Amino acid sequence: MTVDTKAYGEVEVDERQRILLPSGLYGFEGLTDYILLDARQRPFYWLQSTQVREVAFVLMDPKLIRADYDADLDPQDLEELHLEGTGDSRFLQFSIVTIPEDRRGMTANLQGPVIINKDERIGRQCIARDDRWCVRHNILEEMASTGKDAC
Amino acid sequence: MLILSRRKDESVIIDGRIEVSVVDIKGDQVKLGIKAPRDVKVYRNEVFMAMQAENRAAVSAPAELPELIIGDSDTSSKSRS
Repeated sequence: MTVDTKAYGEVEVDERQRILLPSGLYGFEGLTDYILLDARQRPFYWLQSTQVREVAFVLMDPKLIRADYDADLDPQDLEELHLEGTGDSRFLQFSIVTIPEDRRGMTANLQGPVIINKDERIGRQCIARDDRWCVRHNILEEMASTGKDAC
Repeated sequence: MLILSRRKDESVIIDGRIEVSVVDIKGDQVKLGIKAPRDVKVYRNEVFMAMQAENRAAVSAPAELPELIIGDSDTSSKSRS
């Protein structure tokens, strides 16, 4: 299928890159059909809406930001994605990245990870039950230090 | 908006399956108890609003992304605020 992307214009993508988010993302509840693309810049990915070109989110693995990251997800969230736990081989988790004009200020949302079942290609934005995680963690600062508390 | 008065230990039922009860009242703070089926998500409104606001901020990312250098970053301990 061909998708008009914000980052790369029209690209040909495999059906296997398609991810359905039945509840959408917070604030974007009406958009449920996305593709997951490797960004040209490591270690980022794009979660691009197939419906609206301008709606594309930058994602990255939260474990790169905090090796000890564990959202303590509600088991119900995992069940809805047919996942048996965070150790399930189909389990994928991403954080949505916010990039302001001054890129040193880029932050990751560790409180609202996007969880995906990669075989069924369904996902949802979950809310961490561990209150150490908030919506804005400065990525460069987190990666440069090994502290414990986050917010 | 529907506005109902309730006293401590009284409750309301929503949609026949969600019970919201007033557990305690102290000054300007009210403690609510919520009984709902497991598929009903209940969050503090601030959390919900913060998620929406952050996603809206995230969606304006530039198409050209920075590179992040992963690996042997400075591992000295720092205090955070």
